[in-house]
Amino acid sequence: MTETLKIDKLTKRFGPKTVVDNVTFVANKGEVLGFLGPNGAGKSTTMKMVVGFLSPTSGTASVCGHDIIENPLEVKRAVGYLPEGAPAYPDMTPHSFLKFIASIRGFRGSEKVDRVENAINITRIEDVSRQPIETLSKGYKRRVGLAQSLIHDPEVLILDEPTDGLDPNQKQVVRDLIRSMATEKCIVISTHILEEVDAVCTRAMIIASGKVVADGSPEELKSQSGAGDLDEVFRKVTKNA
Amino acid sequence: MKFSERSPKMRNIGLIFTREFQAYFATPLAYIFIVIFLMLAGLLTFFMGGYLERDQADLVPFFEFHPWLYLFLVPALSMRLWAEERKLGTIELFLTLPISMGHAVLGKFLAAWAFSITALCLTFPFWLTVNFLGNPDNGVILASYLGSSLMAGAYLAIGSMISATTKNQIIAFVLTTAVCFIFTLAGSPVVLDFFSAWAPSEFVQAVGNFGFLPHFQSIQRGVIDLRDLFFFASIIIISLTANALIIDWRKAA
Repeated sequence: MTETLKIDKLTKRFGPKTVVDNVTFVANKGEVLGFLGPNGAGKSTTMKMVVGFLSPTSGTASVCGHDIIENPLEVKRAVGYLPEGAPAYPDMTPHSFLKFIASIRGFRGSEKVDRVENAINITRIEDVSRQPIETLSKGYKRRVGLAQSLIHDPEVLILDEPTDGLDPNQKQVVRDLIRSMATEKCIVISTHILEEVDAVCTRAMIIASGKVVADGSPEELKSQSGAGDLDEVFRKVTKNA
Repeated sequence: MKFSERSPKMRNIGLIFTREFQAYFATPLAYIFIVIFLMLAGLLTFFMGGYLERDQADLVPFFEFHPWLYLFLVPALSMRLWAEERKLGTIELFLTLPISMGHAVLGKFLAAWAFSITALCLTFPFWLTVNFLGNPDNGVILASYLGSSLMAGAYLAIGSMISATTKNQIIAFVLTTAVCFIFTLAGSPVVLDFFSAWAPSEFVQAVGNFGFLPHFQSIQRGVIDLRDLFFFASIIIISLTANALIIDWRKAA
């Protein structure tokens, strides 16, 4: 069986600075992998390489058996991606934006209409779906970005800080959504909010200075440190970074 | 026939084209551009070109100012193509959709080109007027419109390429105007003297051949020489290829 998401010695250098250093791991369907780390640890850079926005300096990755370097278009078809800050075209409405994304992803006619409607429903953005995205609150914008990433029901979902800057109610909506999809997808979320890991993740990976410094279920990490508290684990393993 | 019935590849170009074309009309940019373009074209033709005083049934005074109009107006259309996506962060979304780089570049360029051609077509009252007042050679006028469209395309392709290098639209605008100015005047003494002071004469001659003005003027005379068409087409193709390479290169940086 091919691994759903396989990262193989992925490395990225910007000039002399190594931002992602030889990262290797495998994640499969049913896993919600929390990518943790201080700001600037290389979480986003790793994600950007997997989705094809940045080219790796060395190493590679594959999604559903498609290599990111040899077959980037197949990777892009298999992945749903929410970039950091959930960028979207401000002059479009969520409805027209999602229609555009659905068309680019190859849906037509009634299927396209259904896909757009479904994405709007599950992210609960019906109320604002006909007003320009630039007029939306942060929470709604984030959900528009999520809707965009879900439109083709991807096998792999990569979400860069999906709940950053949201109020507690909005966070709850997004987390419920992630949990509801957890069993049928491979989901990777990056965050520096530790409570998020307890809330949605089946597996946590702490990354610091571009290296994986801890990897396991949230419980395992807690028991390893003997602290029973993820905050403690986080501080311990990233202290020297 | 719709794009979708042909091939999925053509379809993506069409989808990007449509989104970009509509984006011009989502802000006042499109309307301001068209109004200013038509007003300036009118002013230059009547006051500086002496359209009526010349007492000749042709559109020479109208077309002759196009390079100068485009020099300042076309960069305003091309500056947003890539720089805005970078600024908004949407480039990260755009480039992670299953679209090939060539289609992305082409879809955007064609939208800007179609928009500039739309503005150009709205100058049809000049053509009506000259036909009402006399008996112009409409073949020459048609050739001039074709030449003007091609030249606009060349300016836009250069602008699109420059827009890909920055996230600042103002920088994209100023650089595009500067580069297009050099291309416009490449065959004239202003530019040639600058190079002949220090560069080898073969180089100066090569620079001279890159001037937009001589190529445009020969089409404008009604002589459709394949070399002139080929010239503008190559400027477009080379610029757009560089455009795609720049975006790819910035991914690896």
